[in-house]
Amino acid sequence: MTRTEPLETEPGLAELARPATRGRSWWQPHRIVLLVVSVALVMLAAATMRWDWLVEYWPQILIGVWRSVWLLVLSIVLGFLMAVPLGLAQVAGPRILALPARGFCTLIRGTPLLLQLWLLYFGVGSLFPTIPAIRQSFLWDYLRQAWPYALFTLTISFAGYEGEVMRGAFAGVPHGELEAGRAYGMSPFKLLRRIWLPRAFFRALPTLGGEIIMQLKSTPLAATITVVDVYGVIAQVRQDTYLVYAPLLFLAGIYMALTGILVLLVRVVESRVPIRGV
Amino acid sequence: MSQETAPSPTADRASGHATGAMREAVVELVDVHKSFGQLEVLKGISMTSHVGDVTAIIGASGSGKSTLLRCINMLEIPSSGTVRVHGEEIGLRRNGHGESEIADRRQIQRIRTRLGMVFQSFNLWQHMTLRDNVIEVPIHVLGRKRDEAIRDADALLERVGLFEKRDTFPAYLSGGQQQRAAIARALAINPDVMLFDEPTSALDPELVGEVLTVIRDLASEGRTMILVTHEMSFAREVANRVIFLHQGLVEEEGEPNAIFNHPKSERLQRFIGSIR
Repeated sequence: MTRTEPLETEPGLAELARPATRGRSWWQPHRIVLLVVSVALVMLAAATMRWDWLVEYWPQILIGVWRSVWLLVLSIVLGFLMAVPLGLAQVAGPRILALPARGFCTLIRGTPLLLQLWLLYFGVGSLFPTIPAIRQSFLWDYLRQAWPYALFTLTISFAGYEGEVMRGAFAGVPHGELEAGRAYGMSPFKLLRRIWLPRAFFRALPTLGGEIIMQLKSTPLAATITVVDVYGVIAQVRQDTYLVYAPLLFLAGIYMALTGILVLLVRVVESRVPIRGV
Repeated sequence: MSQETAPSPTADRASGHATGAMREAVVELVDVHKSFGQLEVLKGISMTSHVGDVTAIIGASGSGKSTLLRCINMLEIPSSGTVRVHGEEIGLRRNGHGESEIADRRQIQRIRTRLGMVFQSFNLWQHMTLRDNVIEVPIHVLGRKRDEAIRDADALLERVGLFEKRDTFPAYLSGGQQQRAAIARALAINPDVMLFDEPTSALDPELVGEVLTVIRDLASEGRTMILVTHEMSFAREVANRVIFLHQGLVEEEGEPNAIFNHPKSERLQRFIGSIR
């Protein structure tokens, strides 16, 4: 085969790296069909169902969404902060730390979140008022409300699952890269901060992204202990209006939208990860 | 973190590879033993590397070459014996199980910043670009200023022929390129000694040459190096001292000419015969 084109017209690496759809329109046939179908479904629901309750409950729904979002964000951040030492202890810790860490992860992953929530709220939570010292301390302001129990339970749940993910991620960082850090005089803490943790975090990121989206869908359990998140608001709507489908469909739409935002955020973070496939 | 300035080997360079006794000892091992469980890999090794020496450690697989090299920077902790770097003995003690361990972690961390290790499998940090790999230790261990570290890193990457690749991640590079970058990373700490642990063994044959060229270049500028290698012709060319290990003992040592052309021990004769 003879090459007639000059070399300059060969696609460069940068161009090859871009998606194959470059230059093509976003309006693909399958996308148009899907759009039409979804618009038709929304119109159908709008025309055949009652939505007048939205006017009255709109502010409460917004507050509910806000509660769900901060329950999610706080439990993820705090849970991940717990997951790092949980994973590390299992990989590199002495037995006295590794065993409790493994036990914690096993316990959390082996029992339903709803059970943990109820045990803490209805069980432990009902013990606190019987202890005078607690009733007199500043903690009482929190312990007599429901949301701290929801946040705590969601946090330890996320920590339990992600502790296991981080255990695998820490263990999977190539031994040689850690050895290189050690050979150049890094202290154990510096090695963790500069090499081991970032490397493990980037490895775990795709899994973490999925788990964050799962965590969103665990938050409505908080409504079972009187935390009025967006699910709680919708449940109230159903009780007040005797409507069956419209509020639930609306709730599904809200969770879909939140999930979509999370997916986009995860994608942005992942695209900033320096390496892929390593 | 104290940053020790490396004594310049240039003064000794003029005299070439003259008699070692006149020059300052950089690395000294005295009666070093190392066991892994029941298996005794090093059975009492003593060696001295002086400023400007290029020492090649050769021997069959399993003779303890890599273990010996890794005992110098305590990636393996000798079961007994003494290791000195620039006359400073690395403190070891016995723990409760009778195993040898580092007595003072700060001391070994300080000494390690004077030893530039190059690994068989490169071990570049995969989440950093080449330049970030090279500036990592100068900035975060030696506490140097970032702009200075970057300037030096770019010069070193230029020197190993990877300046254009400075913003690339290791995973996108060939083994030869990764190893050259790893050499730049080692040079960035301006080490007193370069330790090479079979630097070409993990490379495709056609990539070996580019790495050897870089190492040869370092040898010619008089850098002190200890090199574990299977590349006999290369050892013969760049080393001024060759140590032949056999089953954890120094079987024979001397100048390359003596080792390769007039081997005394029968085992060395056989080893050299087998690789020809």
